[in-house]
Amino acid sequence: MLEKALEGSRKYWTWVIFLLAVIGVGFIFYLRQFGYGLGITGMSRDVSWGLYIGQFTFLVGVAASAVMLVIPLYLHNFKKFSKIVILGEFLAVASVTMCMTFIFVDMGQPTRVLNVMLHPTPNSVMFFDFLVLTGYLLLNIIIGWTSMGAERKGFAPPAWVKPLVYISIPWAISIHTVTAFLYAGLPGREYWLTAIMAARFLASAFAAGPALLIILAMIVRKLTKFDPGKEVIQSISKIVAYAMAANVFFLLLEVFTAFYSSIPGEKNPFFYLYAGIDGFGKLVPLMWISAILAVIALVLLIYPGTRRMEKTLAAACVAVFASLWIDKGFGLTVGGFVPNPFGKITEYWPTVPESLIILGVWAIGALVLTILYKVAISVREATAGIEIEH
Amino acid sequence: MGIDRREFLKIIGASAAFALGGMTIVDAIVKDDAEAAQYTPEPGALVAGQWAMVIDMWKFKTEDDRKRVIDACNSAHNIPDFGEAKDEVKWIWDDSFEHAFPETEQKYLQASLEKMPFLLMCNHCENPPCVRVCPTKATFKRSDGIVMQDMHRCIGCRFCMAACPYGSRSFNWSDPRPYIKHENPNYPTRTKGVVEKCTFCVERLAKGEMPACVEASNGAMVFGDLKDPNSKVRKLLESTYTIRRKPELGTGPNIYYVIRGADNA
Ligand code: SF4
Ligand code: SF4
Ligand code: SF4
Repeated sequence: MLEKALEGSRKYWTWVIFLLAVIGVGFIFYLRQFGYGLGITGMSRDVSWGLYIGQFTFLVGVAASAVMLVIPLYLHNFKKFSKIVILGEFLAVASVTMCMTFIFVDMGQPTRVLNVMLHPTPNSVMFFDFLVLTGYLLLNIIIGWTSMGAERKGFAPPAWVKPLVYISIPWAISIHTVTAFLYAGLPGREYWLTAIMAARFLASAFAAGPALLIILAMIVRKLTKFDPGKEVIQSISKIVAYAMAANVFFLLLEVFTAFYSSIPGEKNPFFYLYAGIDGFGKLVPLMWISAILAVIALVLLIYPGTRRMEKTLAAACVAVFASLWIDKGFGLTVGGFVPNPFGKITEYWPTVPESLIILGVWAIGALVLTILYKVAISVREATAGIEIEH
Repeated sequence: MGIDRREFLKIIGASAAFALGGMTIVDAIVKDDAEAAQYTPEPGALVAGQWAMVIDMWKFKTEDDRKRVIDACNSAHNIPDFGEAKDEVKWIWDDSFEHAFPETEQKYLQASLEKMPFLLMCNHCENPPCVRVCPTKATFKRSDGIVMQDMHRCIGCRFCMAACPYGSRSFNWSDPRPYIKHENPNYPTRTKGVVEKCTFCVERLAKGEMPACVEASNGAMVFGDLKDPNSKVRKLLESTYTIRRKPELGTGPNIYYVIRGADNA
């Protein structure tokens, strides 16, 4: 099936070459980081995790969100999703690929990364994260690829795929829960030390992932003959609306606890992120953009008129994605480190090499996604009109 | 169904043995293998059930007294000097009372405390979060309470830095070797990409010597076995008022700071 990725229009090839170029630039800068050390990033002794880990966290959510298509289809027999579920599964594959690459580029000693497997440490959450992510990647590759292959031949997927699909549902929840536990179990990091972290992660994931999926579906519809259908997009938009509302609600719960209890350790990260402390406030504009985008998105998503109109829906989805990227991919990581354990402030901002490496990894994800979608859509176009039982 | 008493007891015994066996296996998996591979101390080495330190900042009269202590550690352990805060590597350093004990924040602090610098280092926690989170057991706790760091196993994920609530850990953001002023050939230098911190001078304890900082402190820092009721640290803790950093987090820090009233200052 992979050969389908090798035939395409000029537009397709231009896009692929563009992505390869971005990956190439990122790779060159990664080699520099490999030679010099992580000192070429903006991270420091005080803010020892930065955008790399932030991207990882955000993308685990995007990966997990495939489940929001799988649940309606397989547990509620919502047949309309049968056409688009493959896009969700392949998005998960691309996202987990990015997650793993981000973890890898964040390692100080990347050549020793296998030590995690050679010295398994069950008391470390990172060990479990490694396990569940690898498992989730395999599950989605196997499920997506076999269903695709079967569809090409005009068959329903083999029976053994179904149990895997059912396993993938709790598995998806687990990858994001475990990722939340990376943060939520650390003494002295008040911004992270909250029982609602995993729930908040899942809510934001189930908003950002499906929002991205809507955008992708619209792009696919425009560029190819494959049309997931208006109704499908509408159904997903409701998922985004509910999840985004839950996410904002959870964030407000955090704000209440911090400010009504008035405990300085709880309040300070919020002060730093949204107001700045002692003149330090590099993240303040970003965090407010995130907040404003969240409100705009919610209004557009909740009001049925704007949700039904595809133009405003697309805008809402972009707003959801951007808002959550800032909140989770950037603010969340930094907020745990500022102020530092001494009550002092060290700021973080990514450097140019760091940003280019990040872009490179996103381009890897985009390339994986492009290739997988290309295969899926070519198969769809070839079998158009044939109804398949899922 | 004819299980008699004897047989019943046999079954109970067998299941108990099975359960215990299972537990041992689980224990073996869950426990650090570092723990299993405990070293046997050389004759003449200093040994303890739980090493701890009591620091009396009132005994540091001048800045030079503190500097001497910090330098002793820096030169013994090849600590690089990057000259800026971002990449800084430090095992022992000083900071104000307010920063050392941020949760005891108080506007009208005893004057002698307000200006008093405190020496900070790894607390060799009894229940160390850094050890709990490490995915490779590169950081581990020895049976004498010392929290150690294996520079050859560390993958540089920095999870332990996020987990340490005391900011005790430093990462080598680039190769530290060019920044070491006078290299001590008897102590290893580190590579880029690994985390390091105070080791309670294990290399000196093994030779029967006190930690370098303690030796340079003229009695202001006392090091000893917390499990030995006759040790100097125990006597000090019984007779003076001491505090620890963030004990409310349950980490069980093993560095104690003597606090004196203004009249003793
Ligand atoms: S002070 Fe920090 S580095 Fe030292 S043992 Fe405790 S948690 Fe670990
Ligand atoms: S940086 Fe090294 S010591 Fe720290 S958690 Fe990671 S592997 Fe363990
Ligand atoms: S005990 Fe040793 S390693 Fe630790 S601060 Fe003192 S001199 Fe440095």
